[in-house]
Amino acid sequence: MKMIIAIIQPGKLDDVRDELYKAEINLMTVSEVLGHGRQKGVTEIYRGAKEMGNLLRKVRLEIAVNENFVELAIKAIVKGAKTGETGDGKIFVLPLEQTIRIRTEERGGVAIG
Amino acid sequence: MNAGDTAWVLVSTALVMLMTPGLAFFYGGMVRRKNVLSILMQCFFVLCLVSVLWVVYGYSLAFAPGTGFWGGFQWSFLNGVSVDPYNDYSATIPHQAFMIFQAMFAVITPALILGAFAERMKFSSFVVFMGLWLTLVYAPVCHWVWGMGGFLRNLGALDFAGGTVVHINAGIAALVTALMIGPRKNADKHIPSPHNLPFVALGTALLWFGWFGFNAGSALAANGLATNAFVVTNTAAAAGLSWAFIEWFRNGKPTLFGICSGAVAGLVAITPAAGFVNVTGALVIGLLVSVFCYIAAAIIKPKLGYDDALDAFGVHCIGGIWGALATGLFATKLVNSAGNDGWFYGNPAQFMIQVKAVAVTLIYSGIVTAILYKAVDLVMGMRVTTKDEDVGLDLTEHHERAYTMLE
Repeated sequence: MKMIIAIIQPGKLDDVRDELYKAEINLMTVSEVLGHGRQKGVTEIYRGAKEMGNLLRKVRLEIAVNENFVELAIKAIVKGAKTGETGDGKIFVLPLEQTIRIRTEERGGVAIG
Repeated sequence: MNAGDTAWVLVSTALVMLMTPGLAFFYGGMVRRKNVLSILMQCFFVLCLVSVLWVVYGYSLAFAPGTGFWGGFQWSFLNGVSVDPYNDYSATIPHQAFMIFQAMFAVITPALILGAFAERMKFSSFVVFMGLWLTLVYAPVCHWVWGMGGFLRNLGALDFAGGTVVHINAGIAALVTALMIGPRKNADKHIPSPHNLPFVALGTALLWFGWFGFNAGSALAANGLATNAFVVTNTAAAAGLSWAFIEWFRNGKPTLFGICSGAVAGLVAITPAAGFVNVTGALVIGLLVSVFCYIAAAIIKPKLGYDDALDAFGVHCIGGIWGALATGLFATKLVNSAGNDGWFYGNPAQFMIQVKAVAVTLIYSGIVTAILYKAVDLVMGMRVTTKDEDVGLDLTEHHERAYTMLE
């Protein structure tokens, strides 16, 4: 099992979700976060000098998947979020030790989907 | 000159002024939060731009006694528009009171259109387009219906407070611009949710409040006719609650958004009728308008696929047409001896006159709006880039954001 964490542009969320659904990945947690990577706040969205260096609004997706869905999820996120410009975001893949569905107390791979 | 009339018209003017900021919140709540400032900015900009243009030449084009097409420029800079009454329009109030009351109508009409192309128009192009639209669409249509010598006025068309001039005129322009600018990105896949329905409710309240000035003020006097307009306005707005019942029936739950939409639809529809119908007419007008607007906004629009983002066409054009035609059905001289009887009071000819006025407005406004849109699009480009649309117009067009996440 892997935990996939993706930081993407807020405007790309719909596209990424579409791609994930196409890959039959329907379960995710989405949160709004602030931050920046190499963009350092200097990006097209901050044309005014006043805005330079501010933290940028991003969307963070957390998706727990079984091994056979890892590449599918990565491909889907890239397809939905990529513009080729600085600020497209990052995907982190982390080992996931355990998953427990609270309702049934099932554990492991069956509890993910 | 009458002190009471003058006071009422000045207060009504202030009420109508408040409708444009009200509209800003009504529309602003419906868009995604990355675009809320763009809507507020567009509304406030129109308020300022049209207020200036109106005293410079707009009032003259619309109301000066000119050709059959429009008024001409002889009253530019209010030259000859004094604080004495001008008997052809209003014998009991200063001419300038009439002028400034009309200014607020000229302000809100172009602002209504912006709901159609919300979230995707370039601001610079918007400014030019709005200035042109006021000059070449609003001023002539206003002159035809309300100006001395206007041909629809001479035809006998009844439009008490602007169903044709304001709502049909803006509503058809909304459809044309929505079609020409194209749908918002992904709007076919994910209908963007309103980001702040309390704003929509606030905007509805301000619109309803202001509409008393819009309709009752259009009596241009503090008298029984103004009171009739006031009562039927409130009645029709309230009867628009049928929108919520339709939702209850179709979807299982009534919504706040639905009851707000119904109230605004009711207000739109009673606008041309307010000075000509009694409360029974108002009830029918209000109850039925939500049915027509609901069908337009919730059923026809998704089927046809045009992206009238905030239903400026679905509510204002459809509601305005129903109101104008219903005036031809329910008008009665018992309410206003200066008006006329409608079909249900034995005068079917009035209905046909209303149909003609509606058709003329639809055709003229539709065609000229399309030409103006195309012209501005060719010179400046109307639509923002896809990337700007993704980021949102608040940041890309105005360098501002409405909400921060951290302090």
